[in-house]
Amino acid sequence: MAEKFEELARVVRQEEIATDIYSLWIATEQIAAHAKPGQFVSLYCNEGSRLLPRPISICEIDRENGGLRLVYRIAGEGTREFSNLCAGAQVKVVGPLGNGFVLQKKRAFLIGGGIGIPPMLELAKQLDCEKQIVLGYRDRELFLEEEFEAYGDVFVATEDGSEGTKGNVLDAIRAHGLHADVIYACGPAPMLRALKEYAAENGIECWISMEERMACGIGACLACVCRSKEKDAHSNVKNKRVCKEGPVFRAEEVEF
Amino acid sequence: MDMSVDLCGVKLKNPVMTASGTFGSGEEYSEFVDLNRLGAVVTKGVANVPWEGNPTPRVAEVYGGMLNAIGLQNPGIDLFIERDIPFLKKFDTKIIVNVCGHTTEEYVEVVEHLSDQPVDLLEINISCPNVKEGGIAFGQNPQMVEEITREIRRHAKQPVIMKLSPNVTDITEMARAAEAGGADALSMINTITGMKIDIHRRCFALANRTGGMSGPAVHPVAVRMVYQSAQAVSIPIIGMGGIMTAEDAIEMILAGATAVSVGTANFTNPRVTEEIIDGIKSYMERYRVESLKELVGAVHER
Repeated sequence: MAEKFEELARVVRQEEIATDIYSLWIATEQIAAHAKPGQFVSLYCNEGSRLLPRPISICEIDRENGGLRLVYRIAGEGTREFSNLCAGAQVKVVGPLGNGFVLQKKRAFLIGGGIGIPPMLELAKQLDCEKQIVLGYRDRELFLEEEFEAYGDVFVATEDGSEGTKGNVLDAIRAHGLHADVIYACGPAPMLRALKEYAAENGIECWISMEERMACGIGACLACVCRSKEKDAHSNVKNKRVCKEGPVFRAEEVEF
Repeated sequence: MDMSVDLCGVKLKNPVMTASGTFGSGEEYSEFVDLNRLGAVVTKGVANVPWEGNPTPRVAEVYGGMLNAIGLQNPGIDLFIERDIPFLKKFDTKIIVNVCGHTTEEYVEVVEHLSDQPVDLLEINISCPNVKEGGIAFGQNPQMVEEITREIRRHAKQPVIMKLSPNVTDITEMARAAEAGGADALSMINTITGMKIDIHRRCFALANRTGGMSGPAVHPVAVRMVYQSAQAVSIPIIGMGGIMTAEDAIEMILAGATAVSVGTANFTNPRVTEEIIDGIKSYMERYRVESLKELVGAVHER
């Protein structure tokens, strides 16, 4: 069993990198040392009326200095509270959680959509293969895209066409005539659904990172399940826990 | 100093247990909590066959609480007996299995399967607000509470705790009915039915539309119901509902609870059960309480 740690992490720095999107570096003793790309952490609010931890994907891991980078969007009062954390502040964090991506040496697509982009950055750093990184945004307000350039060829799609290919990540893949042997993806459900179909049509291995409302974050409460094709060994029904068996699944093993 | 309590002839090393559905069968939390320290682990509800539960989203946060509508997803009694009970047997804690069903027959089937198992107590969930049949349907009518309690009592080898719903006009009516049916103990409160609406998308926050509310915001309701029921019946009561701290647990005990269950607080702090045990111990030291039993129902007028 992968080890999990509860820590009071120190905020190293935080900045807003796009409207309502924040980049937060925290110093942790154990979590950074054990984290893998595609895993997430639970961040706990200081305000006592907010009881549930917020699951946030890991964007970068700095093992040397024991640092974790979290890039998140303000989605409510909890994430708004996090956005006010300044250097030196403390925040309770539990992790690393979930399974993470299985790294392979195949020509790869790394595909991120919106706030699904951050976890692809650490994956891009750690994957040792030919990488084509396809990022989907709403409009020209891009984030992280320049940081990906060190790790592979970056292609951008925007919904309004103000930057890169007009449309979604698959439109960008087709517009540039790109091909790969494995897909790693994180983003909104419609994007993941389209990629699942694309992968099946092209006979490509496809790994997707799923999102669901969570409570405990460690597999006990059964809040964050997704439908699975086969009966799951733990649940004994066709449900898998996103926080435990996931968040990364083989596209064909989940139905959404 | 003696923190132990007697629950229907079962001696708990301390009064702190886990609330059903928030702690699985303990495996996940055993990475954070030493299960040996707990008075008992109360498992997630288990039925005669596997249940898939409700569609997602199944949870939503509200001010000072949360709503859940998991829908009693569970692996069924066979896998539970094969996997979950042996896991819990490795620890020096008491095992309380929470039982759910759609019909009396389904509850009885689970209870019979458990008759030869190393389980200390049974907690019967007749109060889940999130399943259409069974659950709360049994818990809102005193006659049905009495009948199902009697039927389960007739088949059960272990002491039977009936878990009551707060979604009733008079909790003491249900408490008396369960006692009349032969319940060995009561636990209360299950969650309070609630609803949350996402005003930006103008949709229900939960796929099930309604969900059960838990968390510190419901604590005073739970304390009141435990107090009223303790006045009405002579069987022990396990108090739960929004216990976040040792102070909350002590309040519940003073209201009349013999033991307490900690639920939603596990999500806020995975180590909270141990912290509550330590906090109760400090309270007993501070006020020179020799035995925890002295505190049960010890509330009085100002």
